[in-house]
Amino acid sequence: MSDDVRNVIIVGSGPAGLTAAIYTARANLEPLVIEGEPSSTTDQPGGQLMLTTEVENFPGFPEGIMGPELMVGMRDQALRFGADIRTEKVTKVDLSSQPFGVWVGDPETPEPTYRGRTVIVSTGAQSLMLDLPRERELIGHGLSTCATCDGFFFRDQELAVIGGGDSAVEEATFLTKFASKVTIIHRRDELRASKIMQDRARANPKIAFLWDTVVEEYLSEDGPLGSKVRGLKLRNLKTDEVTDMAVGGVFVAIGHRPSTDLFKGQLAMEDSGYLITGASGTEMETATDVDGVFACGDVQDHTYRQAITAAGSGCMAAIDAERWLEAHHVIDQQRTETDW
Amino acid sequence: MAASAVTDATFDEVIGSADEAVIVDFWAEWCGPCKMIAPILDEIAAEQAGKVKVVKLNVDENQQTARRFDVMSIPTLIVFKDGQPAKKMIGAKGKGALLEDLAEFL
Repeated sequence: MSDDVRNVIIVGSGPAGLTAAIYTARANLEPLVIEGEPSSTTDQPGGQLMLTTEVENFPGFPEGIMGPELMVGMRDQALRFGADIRTEKVTKVDLSSQPFGVWVGDPETPEPTYRGRTVIVSTGAQSLMLDLPRERELIGHGLSTCATCDGFFFRDQELAVIGGGDSAVEEATFLTKFASKVTIIHRRDELRASKIMQDRARANPKIAFLWDTVVEEYLSEDGPLGSKVRGLKLRNLKTDEVTDMAVGGVFVAIGHRPSTDLFKGQLAMEDSGYLITGASGTEMETATDVDGVFACGDVQDHTYRQAITAAGSGCMAAIDAERWLEAHHVIDQQRTETDW
Repeated sequence: MAASAVTDATFDEVIGSADEAVIVDFWAEWCGPCKMIAPILDEIAAEQAGKVKVVKLNVDENQQTARRFDVMSIPTLIVFKDGQPAKKMIGAKGKGALLEDLAEFL
């Protein structure tokens, strides 16, 4: 096989992907990391932490650390050990035969851009939207999925947060730093959020709740540089009553979906799109159903979804990939086992 | 030429006196995606000197201007032509996509 076949190709660069990069680089596997391209969603280099502010629960930072700063640190650490990080976006993969093919740019090109013996999938998850008309064009014009990014611009305004889980309540609580009033709009008559988050929200005089209610439509007005949100058309699920509500901004926090479109039909996944790992017949927790393909982080975890669990599973994927390469005689089995 | 800073106080003068199109980069220290596109904008400023000028406006320190142009998410880029806002672009993107969006001004 020609020598342009990589030992390890890592797709995605959140805590999972970069931890896998640090470990495989330190094991002299010269990993290629395709980190993604800049964007304003979580689908960007660094992942979801790029859209957060203070991370208070990552061990080793007693005073907390800013999410983007933590990710820059992980990236620098991977570079220090020789990871080859490319600011590109994967457009297609072929996992049907060895070596695996990974495309960036035009997916119609017959030859893959990169080829790898193993692939570590760490593409993470992205925010779910309501799938209403004009949703795409209103993002950034009063519609947002990231309170910590955009809340600043809604000083003294009335806002709506859609959702009822921890992230909705967290966003609403954060927004009260700026907004005059925040209404949490939820389709059920009780929150899914944890008790501690609920208590915090109920004690906050700026937070109101609207139960059994769904958004039917975004109301907007046109300006010289595009439209902007001015309210919501709401429907009460119990009474069917439809009302308009004037708000200066709308924050959608109805959960996340794994970014696995690239792998449909090639890797086993749950109905919800999460990759299935820990394939039977192997002791490798991060193994997918394709031999040599591993997955780590939020793309395969709908339970814990923390920076530290993502990083932990990234480390596991790196160790699994190295053992796979040894077992398949791609790297010298006799070499001294890396001192993890 | 790398991007220079504008403020609430200097904004109108800088935009009004430019012969070329001016790209205003609305950014803040706490914005991760803003930091990702900053070097790309510096490159564009250097490569397209004479056609476009890039200036940066810190939204924390210059809320008046941010509000005046309905900036509700950052990074936001607004292109001013002959002193008037001509195009608003929201969100970070790669250099290729950014150049495509700016094609009409280059």
